[in-house]
Amino acid sequence: MAGQNLLDRLKAKFGTKISGSNVQAIDPWIEVTPAGLVEVCQYLKTDPDLQFNLLNCITAVDYFEADPKKAAKAGFEPHLELVYHVSSVTKKHSLVLKVMLPRWKNDQPGELPEVPTVTGVWRTADWHEREVFDLSGVNFIGHPRLNRILCPEDWEGYPLRKDYEMPLEYHGMRGR
Amino acid sequence: MSTALDDPRIVEFDVRTDEMLVNMGPQHPSTHGVLRLVLRTDGEIVSQVEPHIGYLHRCAEKIGENLTPRQWIPYTDRMDYLAAMSMNLGWALVVEKLLNHQISDKARHLRVIIAEMQRIASHLVGMGAYGLDLGTFSPFLYAFRERERILDLFEEACGARLTYSYLTPGGATADLPPGWLQKCSAFLDQFEPIIQEYHTLLTSNAIFIKRTAGIGLLSPEMALDYGCTGPVLRGSGVDYDLRRDGEERYTEMYDGYAFEVICERNGHYPKDHDYPPVPKEAILGDCWHRFYVRMLEVVQSVDIVRQAIERYSTATGNWGEPIKLTQKLPKGEAYMETECPRGQMGFYLISDGSSIPWRVRARSSSFCNLSVTHELCRGCLIADVPAIVGSLDIVMGEIDR
Repeated sequence: MAGQNLLDRLKAKFGTKISGSNVQAIDPWIEVTPAGLVEVCQYLKTDPDLQFNLLNCITAVDYFEADPKKAAKAGFEPHLELVYHVSSVTKKHSLVLKVMLPRWKNDQPGELPEVPTVTGVWRTADWHEREVFDLSGVNFIGHPRLNRILCPEDWEGYPLRKDYEMPLEYHGMRGR
Repeated sequence: MSTALDDPRIVEFDVRTDEMLVNMGPQHPSTHGVLRLVLRTDGEIVSQVEPHIGYLHRCAEKIGENLTPRQWIPYTDRMDYLAAMSMNLGWALVVEKLLNHQISDKARHLRVIIAEMQRIASHLVGMGAYGLDLGTFSPFLYAFRERERILDLFEEACGARLTYSYLTPGGATADLPPGWLQKCSAFLDQFEPIIQEYHTLLTSNAIFIKRTAGIGLLSPEMALDYGCTGPVLRGSGVDYDLRRDGEERYTEMYDGYAFEVICERNGHYPKDHDYPPVPKEAILGDCWHRFYVRMLEVVQSVDIVRQAIERYSTATGNWGEPIKLTQKLPKGEAYMETECPRGQMGFYLISDGSSIPWRVRARSSSFCNLSVTHELCRGCLIADVPAIVGSLDIVMGEIDR
């Protein structure tokens, strides 16, 4: 079950928590509000017809264009997108969930946007969310131990943000 | 005594003088690269394991935002450097998916030959290194003897021995040289009987069975919960292989090939070849079963390569010219996973319409497989930690990217 069928089913069950979709895309995706994320994921995993028992990947995509000339033509407002790729080993189908977040909480640079963790649904989310926190700067509320995983503990900034700048030096090593 | 315990305000303090933190790695030889494990031990028993990763982080995803897809291929080589061809293939397929590019039959079979030969080479290293982890040196030498011949074949096809950059979006960088297929068949004919030697050295070796059977039990539910894939998942008895169950764009590569997914069904492994019997000490989901699945996949890959050679020599069409270096990508996004030797490797490509991707993402199979270590190692002996980590067959280049 994929695309339109699944979308209708989720819309009927969750109403406004499903805030958008694109079933014509190469990989059809469904947008969920941050508040409804855990509930929707729990349903996707436990429903006998769906059984999305494998969380493949969590990705954060930063939509931001620093150059004002390019930004006018870019066709998007600055925001952060979380993409969850889930699939079912038993039913052999897959789905893409998206969550739209502001780049910074309350537009205060440095305040990380917040989203509830899905570690309670799939435990593999633990390391994936740590990676997203480390590289893209998203605060997963309720995560058991949200700290950096690939970068050193004392690293500053979030390297996969589009406005990231390499530090000038790190423990006496030249950065750029 | 009993009254004291009933009082909730009284906490019994146990001064744990025996507990010790042991630091394993990042230069430990059995951690397969630069993995650091912090073990909390009570005598010989491990109560907690915490993997520390990131020593090999090279910002591959950030670099991908500044290069065209073809320019990024060498960076995929350096992820799983023991199966660079499979990484190339995964990236090539996702770029083709976004471009909606169809490759010829000839290129399709060429890719099957290369990908399956790579699987053999990769599992040989996995097997040899696992022997090293458990303290036996000779299987490593035997494995590298045969792997060397596969590397020679790859060198002849693309000029490189480890980082190939051979399979590209559109096909491959070059056709297989004349006479290559004969050499490949000759290698397979010679290699197949040798697998029996490996089984004698490891699979049915009494010491090996004692070190691996019943150790590091991973239930299918836990494997899925932690996102384990590939031989680790199939070693727990889950019948799932992307070559059969994956996306159409990937499975059509293996269209018409006769192969059975290696996994225990109703208490039996496939019986198409003369495999050594499962020892009675082994429990489904332990280190021995994960190892066994890899060994059986080697035999199966030999079969697939044989079929592919036959099809390749009669296939029509071109071996597939690579796409232009600065090919414009359509606006959109595509995600795809392929069955690499270590599990499901996924690539995610987002394009804003220019020739350089807006964002690339690599979903690493070893990353997820490693995340289950702390569950597997809880309560085991210190000497079993290398046996468990080795059975997951991780490559740090892919975990840290």
